[in-house]
Amino acid sequence: MSAPGKKRLTTSAMIASIAEDGQETTAAPFGHALVALARERPEIVGLSADLSKYTDLHVFAQAMPDRFYQMGMAEQVLIGAAAGLAREGFQPFATTYAVFASRRAYDFMAMDIAEESLNVKIVCALPGLTTGYGPSHQATDDLAIFRAMPNLTIVDPCDAVDIEQAVPAIADHKGPVYMRLLRGQVPRVLHRYDYRFELGKAALLRDGADVLFVSTGLMTMRVLAAAERMAAEGIADAGVLHVPTIKPLDTDTILAALAKSGRLVVTAENHSIVGGLGEAVAGAALRGGVGPAGFRMIGLPDAFLDAGALPTLHDRYGLSVDAVVAQVKGWL
Amino acid sequence: MPNGRLSTRLSNIDLAKRAYNIRRHAIRMGAVQGQGYIGQALGVADVLAVSYFHAMRYEANDPRWEDRDRFLLSIGHYAIALYAALIEAGILPEDELETYGTDGSRLPMSGMAAYTPGMEITGGSLGHGLGIGVGMALGLKRKASDARVFTLLSDGELGEGATWEAALSAAHHRLDNLIGVVDFNNQQADGPSTEMLSAEPVADKWAAFGWHVQRVDGNDIAALVNAFDAARQHPGERPRVIVCDTRMCKGVPFLETREVTHFVRVAPEEWDKALEALDAGRPQS
Repeated sequence: MSAPGKKRLTTSAMIASIAEDGQETTAAPFGHALVALARERPEIVGLSADLSKYTDLHVFAQAMPDRFYQMGMAEQVLIGAAAGLAREGFQPFATTYAVFASRRAYDFMAMDIAEESLNVKIVCALPGLTTGYGPSHQATDDLAIFRAMPNLTIVDPCDAVDIEQAVPAIADHKGPVYMRLLRGQVPRVLHRYDYRFELGKAALLRDGADVLFVSTGLMTMRVLAAAERMAAEGIADAGVLHVPTIKPLDTDTILAALAKSGRLVVTAENHSIVGGLGEAVAGAALRGGVGPAGFRMIGLPDAFLDAGALPTLHDRYGLSVDAVVAQVKGWL
Repeated sequence: MPNGRLSTRLSNIDLAKRAYNIRRHAIRMGAVQGQGYIGQALGVADVLAVSYFHAMRYEANDPRWEDRDRFLLSIGHYAIALYAALIEAGILPEDELETYGTDGSRLPMSGMAAYTPGMEITGGSLGHGLGIGVGMALGLKRKASDARVFTLLSDGELGEGATWEAALSAAHHRLDNLIGVVDFNNQQADGPSTEMLSAEPVADKWAAFGWHVQRVDGNDIAALVNAFDAARQHPGERPRVIVCDTRMCKGVPFLETREVTHFVRVAPEEWDKALEALDAGRPQS
């Protein structure tokens, strides 16, 4: 039993909002951005494998029902059929959960779409640790799985601003794109910075003399908050380099930032520390002959994660703002 | 010269001659490489002859012609058979068969879309072709095209779950422009497919999945012609499948009677002998 008066945290819905209390949010940014784009581009079609409501594609399905294909709970034919539609000149946006695209439909992603560089956009909800339902739904390994897939562009947006701007950008790219998706009430953060999403580009959101966060996905909003708190508390002066495109990696921008001497570099990602942004940055730094003063990785452990309430899990596995600050303090 | 627009209908004897030519091209390619899935190519030659010279619409000099019927080779290892058909159809030049499986060739051992004119998809990872076919059939309907999508599957491939996802999907979306063709030679890598993971009763399964089904002797030209005609003429909105029982190595008696395996071994001196044996059974008008 919980103590009287103390709210007990629960796992809640499959897709728990990552928004914090009082945080500005936008509803279904992907669905609305896709509808706006599709009004101008008749070649866009949408497909989902029984998860349109949970990937915000229902907004598209409702607005353009004749351009939406419900493929049922069949991820392999979801991807195969998307490839077939692309072969006939359409631009499919196919949605499911990230675990299913990366684990179940991998061979279809590889052979039906990536091998021939077809113009298909795979947009997937529940990236990393964004549900408390446990390993069946937590795509903690999708970036590692997909980074080795040739021809595939990989995007991990931070917030609603990133998603709204990424949708037309990935549509303009003639080739396969895998985009991680935040859905529902999605926090809106990046409009407070001098920032525009550019496919393949990293962006310095704030500079700092002591620490440089190199982050992607929702961890960018967490390290931005951590950097503000560390500045306010006099812990460190931390900068944030946001890397929404995981592949191809913007090594020029990243290495230039890493080369600025005397800083602790901390990568941060909503993904296993195996095979994601951190290792990509480390590899690029070694190959580029750039050695920062220190190098640390914030990410999920190489483990199948617990079920539970998302805030609890983000604290436990080091993704919350509190946990980020605590980890960096320990490294300074 | 072949005319894919089917302005004239070939007689069954002329179709048999096309099948003979396809077998001949395949054996010549096998001889270049010293190996290949020649057993499958010989077995499926009649199916390919009826597909390319009776059922399908295409332009030999424009393999990307928008109004063509699409032919998807899900079973990439049957590439030698499809190359032989594409040569016979005039889509590939005959002298190119000398390059089969050699470095830099447009005719790799397993079929890939980027390499070969007329090869619509990259098959080979089995269980993929029908799902891609679903998407292409949906796309053709979106474009209000009357072109059709033929997908060649194997019996072994019916063990792949993805094939049945696609089968469900095609029926659900009423893809009457999708024609599955199953080469049922009852042979896969480790032995007879019915002893590995049996798909029998195979016709009942397709029917239960909502398809218009026919099962025919895949080495009987007249039966194949009737089946492809019936598949075209069936008025329902169901996708169509023709299960073709074929005989591995058909047309080369000494290989037909050899202990048949998935990958038929042919000794170096046997390729010429195989051509002679094939020629001995050449269809006569």
